[in-house]
Amino acid sequence: MRGGNEVLRSVSLGVSHGSVTGLLGPSGCGKTTLMRAIVGVQIVAGGTVTVLGMPAGASALRRRVGYMTQAPSVYGDLTVLENLRYFAAIVGAGPERLAEVLYTVGLTGHERRLTRSLSGGERARVSLASAMLAGPELLVLDEPTVGLDPVLRAELWSTFHALAADGATLLISSHVMDEAAECDALLLMRDGTLLERTTPQQLRDRTGELELGRAFLAVIEEVARSAPG
Amino acid sequence: MTAATARRVLWQIRHDPRTIAMLLVVPCLLLVLLRYVFDGRPEVFQSIGAPMCGLFPFIVMFLVTSITMLRERTTGTLERLMTLPLAKLDLLGGYAIAFGLLAAAQAVVVCLVGFGLLGLDAPHGAALVGLLAIANALLGMALGLLVSAFARTEFQAVQFMPALILPQLLLCGLFLARDAMAPLLEGLSWLLPLTYAYDALARATDPAALDSALALDVLVVAAAGFAALALGALTLRRRTA
Repeated sequence: MRGGNEVLRSVSLGVSHGSVTGLLGPSGCGKTTLMRAIVGVQIVAGGTVTVLGMPAGASALRRRVGYMTQAPSVYGDLTVLENLRYFAAIVGAGPERLAEVLYTVGLTGHERRLTRSLSGGERARVSLASAMLAGPELLVLDEPTVGLDPVLRAELWSTFHALAADGATLLISSHVMDEAAECDALLLMRDGTLLERTTPQQLRDRTGELELGRAFLAVIEEVARSAPG
Repeated sequence: MTAATARRVLWQIRHDPRTIAMLLVVPCLLLVLLRYVFDGRPEVFQSIGAPMCGLFPFIVMFLVTSITMLRERTTGTLERLMTLPLAKLDLLGGYAIAFGLLAAAQAVVVCLVGFGLLGLDAPHGAALVGLLAIANALLGMALGLLVSAFARTEFQAVQFMPALILPQLLLCGLFLARDAMAPLLEGLSWLLPLTYAYDALARATDPAALDSALALDVLVVAAAGFAALALGALTLRRRTA
């Protein structure tokens, strides 16, 4: 339930360690609510959410799970460095880690700029950097690449793969289907239900569509046929 | 983490020099204005101006905190903080330290102008007025934190000033002695925390010897502050709908 509306129905999913899982679906289908439930800031009306073997939102998880909200949740009236220093102090990350994260998101050299004077994409990267500071085992990223130019988008995706290769688990939402190809596993959502748990290759093979956007449409049609009305 | 939060709030304010200037200059200008409004009547200026020195920080910190906290709620930074290993007490404590320091700076400047330049009397020392000002500022901060939960926009948040603070100012005894008010209003004034804040300031700027009544006032102000802070803490939810 979010804001009094039933958003998610019968969602059941698991995400494997050390992988990049894409959560895909149109705007308003419940991606953000599902992610909020996983990081434990969503009041869940029914059902259980277990993250890294613990109930979602458990205090021991607050160092192990990183969350990046859809709108950049950083202080606009602080510089990039001040934002990161504050969040680093909370999670106990040192200055080396801070510099490393800044480099990863491509903001080295922008430390002294006021966050509100940055472009939308840069602000999103400050938010992403803040979520990465603790070196979390699970990173939940809500549309991290929205509004970014293609070059940066590609760079961030390679960063995500590098993090997964280091053992981190990433759950990344997007409503852009061409990003689906970057993921190891896919969760397709529509109207608060999980349509399918698959991989890009499986989805292409099963639907016979090479382009993932079309493949997603094929899945939706399939569901509509099997459950009329 | 309390210190980190306090430092962060001060950093935020540092990037806004105009606000700092206004925090320090505006109360002084108002005091000067008051001085010349009551130009021929120094006793009225003394009875209103002297306690006002300790009330400015209350009003200002109420406003500043309610807006800052509202921003924290609406920009998603509060949600992020709630996913991090930060205790609510760290957040509230950080706010209290940062705004307490700011209030102290404001109190020093206002008291210097009021008791130094404008010739107001502080029979028990201007420092006492300054300390009461800081206590009042913390009460204002706690109330601001609490009301920020009931505002969705900054427009709504600033409306809480006339809605909640102005009636307290009118009823606290600053403009009219409370025993001269209608019994209903006087009764009501006993329930408002600013009444005790004003009463303490009136005693601190009156030549009569100080007694335990001042300590009692301070105790009530502190208790009201803690109560507001505790209620405010309840509005900082880790989980929201």
